[in-house]
Amino acid sequence: MNKVKRFSIFAAVALACATVSGAAFAASADNGKKAFVKNGCWQCHGFQGQGSIMTSNGKVLADTELPFETFEAFVRSTNLAMPPYSEAILSSSDLADIYAFLQSIPKPKDVGSIQLLK
Amino acid sequence: MARDESRPKFSRRKFLAGVAVAGAAGAVTPPGGANAPLSAQSPIANVPPRPSALAPNAAIAAAETGTPQEIKHEAGKPGSDFMVDVIKTLDMKYLPCNPASSFRALHESLIDYGQNKQPEFITCMHEESAVGMAHGYFKASGKPLMTIVHGTVGLQHAAMGIYNAWCDRVPVLVVGGNDLDAAHRPPGVPTFHSAQDINALVRDFTKWDDTPVSAQHFAQSFVRMYKIATTPPYGPVMMSLDAGLQQEPIHPSAEKLYIPRFVASSPPQGDTGAVKEAARLLANAERPVIVVDRAARTPNGIKLLVELAESLQAPVVDMGSRMNFPKTHYLSRPPNVIGQADVIIGMELSDFWGIVNSYVDNGEHNGIGFNESKVKAGTKLISISSVELITKSNYQDFQRFQVVDVSMPADAEATLPALIEAVKIAIPGERKVAIAQRGETIRKAYATGRDNVKKAAAIAWDASPISTARLVMETFAQIKDLDWSLVASEGNVSNWPQRLWPMEQYHHWLGRSGGYGVGYGAPASIGAALANRDLGRFSVSIQSDGDLMYAPGVLWTAARHKIPLLAIMHNNRGYHQESMHVQRLANFRNRVAYLGNDLAPFGTSIENPDIEYHKLAESMGWWAKGPIKDPADLGPAIKEAVVVVKSGQPALLNVWTQPR
Repeated sequence: MNKVKRFSIFAAVALACATVSGAAFAASADNGKKAFVKNGCWQCHGFQGQGSIMTSNGKVLADTELPFETFEAFVRSTNLAMPPYSEAILSSSDLADIYAFLQSIPKPKDVGSIQLLK
Repeated sequence: MARDESRPKFSRRKFLAGVAVAGAAGAVTPPGGANAPLSAQSPIANVPPRPSALAPNAAIAAAETGTPQEIKHEAGKPGSDFMVDVIKTLDMKYLPCNPASSFRALHESLIDYGQNKQPEFITCMHEESAVGMAHGYFKASGKPLMTIVHGTVGLQHAAMGIYNAWCDRVPVLVVGGNDLDAAHRPPGVPTFHSAQDINALVRDFTKWDDTPVSAQHFAQSFVRMYKIATTPPYGPVMMSLDAGLQQEPIHPSAEKLYIPRFVASSPPQGDTGAVKEAARLLANAERPVIVVDRAARTPNGIKLLVELAESLQAPVVDMGSRMNFPKTHYLSRPPNVIGQADVIIGMELSDFWGIVNSYVDNGEHNGIGFNESKVKAGTKLISISSVELITKSNYQDFQRFQVVDVSMPADAEATLPALIEAVKIAIPGERKVAIAQRGETIRKAYATGRDNVKKAAAIAWDASPISTARLVMETFAQIKDLDWSLVASEGNVSNWPQRLWPMEQYHHWLGRSGGYGVGYGAPASIGAALANRDLGRFSVSIQSDGDLMYAPGVLWTAARHKIPLLAIMHNNRGYHQESMHVQRLANFRNRVAYLGNDLAPFGTSIENPDIEYHKLAESMGWWAKGPIKDPADLGPAIKEAVVVVKSGQPALLNVWTQPR
């Protein structure tokens, strides 16, 4: 099951439970990629959500396994090193799209297949 | 300045007709050539060529206590020629410098009387570049350089470089030309460029400064400033040098001049009782951790740290201001081990508070953020830091105050032999098995950590812009079989070189700027590459975009003087640290950050238009290529550049990269 499909199922279930907005249900990875850049997420997390020990404490967002609710709650109310994104500056629709984008990023190559990392 | 007609024959500076160079001082190293005036009997030949803690040998002792040998006077010798005699005794190979009228006399003496040797003039296009070159040169060679700057204007340009050297504990001798005599100096521009006390500009971040008023005073002060700069803790020093003093001839019938001989001071060592107490705590600890930043001043410092760590089977966290500990050693561990420690010894740390505490820059406390401890309650802290001996007031490089249990204001490398011996004695016999087991546990953690780092590096491996991990490993693949030296890494590539390259030798990594003043990377890289050129090493730098644009003229200096350097650009097209800061503030204030047409908050991007760094470098005589955006193109381009650098030329690759 690919990530986008998995998200769609997750989102549908969540909608039925009235916990996820309609915007999330219609999440678009393409829009999410644009929103990820427009809202500055790339600055600390890299254009592919690869993260950095210097700016994201090593956290990798690509192919995230975080449930959407956890992801959303953290983005909205983080009181750690990451600054929070309120709805006033990042809409729920954009946030859902960003989540879809992150889920769409392919898994990284196996280290063993990269000659320079052997 | 020509103003002899208005001056008394015996000036306040007491210029002399001859130079009696001798003696206890005794050591003028005369240049060759028709004007060479002095005896070549120079006891300085017996002096170690670099700072040393060695006791003086018999020849040195005899020279120090013997009767000075006079040499014949030579009437009319320019004061600046004598200054060159003094400078030559200190064996400084190069003089990175931007020319200026306030030291024209000394400049002329250096290249004509001194034959442009020891030191050789290296033409710089900015005083900050000159200081940065001296900074990098020292870290690669262990030998200090001097630079000369124009009073006021040149010194203001140099100031940021001097501050970096201060914070990075690097000796640089700065001489500032200054025309003091208000009644006789030329009006107009030279007067704009003069001041009562130019040294005041940098007094807060230099170890010592002086304004000599006679040739003899110059000789004493110049040797003194060299001695102070090269005594640990190292640091920059400053001399204001009057233009008139340089220019006027040495007058007949005055006192005989001499040049004090340089003898290195021994570095300050930790108190015996404190060393024993530190050893007792470490030997009896369950989880001791060694944290180092500038602990290794020399290659021997690495060996000593390995010996200490292995004696204790304690992990070593290298904060990276120097190459302190081999990255291939299983006791080399990341900072997160600090949280488990019951005893921490910090050696030459820039910021002990920041090692054991964290500061979270969030919206709490009206945007001030909050602090929290990173260590367990009751953790014992030991500090060895020579910087405590030179703490000043104004600039806050001493960081937040941290209470420690054992405090040694001493040089770590000099203290390590005594500490190692004390630790070996203090380890109880019954603890030796447990200590060995601790080592085995760390060895397994090291192996797991290496695997995890490689997995992290694989993420976004094929991304465009190119990932910083890929940038770093494509570079290493092309230099790994050479005697390589990573001379600088600016702009933050997530520490991939330190995490992935097998750094083992002292010159494998030269550390950062110290004061984090942007603009260090390019000149320091070229200064280090100058030293490495003479030592037969291959120099490579990770060169960021913002850093290069502070004073890109230093590229010309590298081409002009044939300094081979491979500069791999980490071009993330912005002042990225500032992008994140402005974004953070916008979020705190619930506002959408204004981007304009840029990727990052307005005012922090370097795009629209993109700077073609490869063309910039080409225009100044470098081999260059770019922009490289496809990771598949990177390896072949680096391979080409390495060939160029091995031929003795500098080469630059403009690579578009991920932000960090």
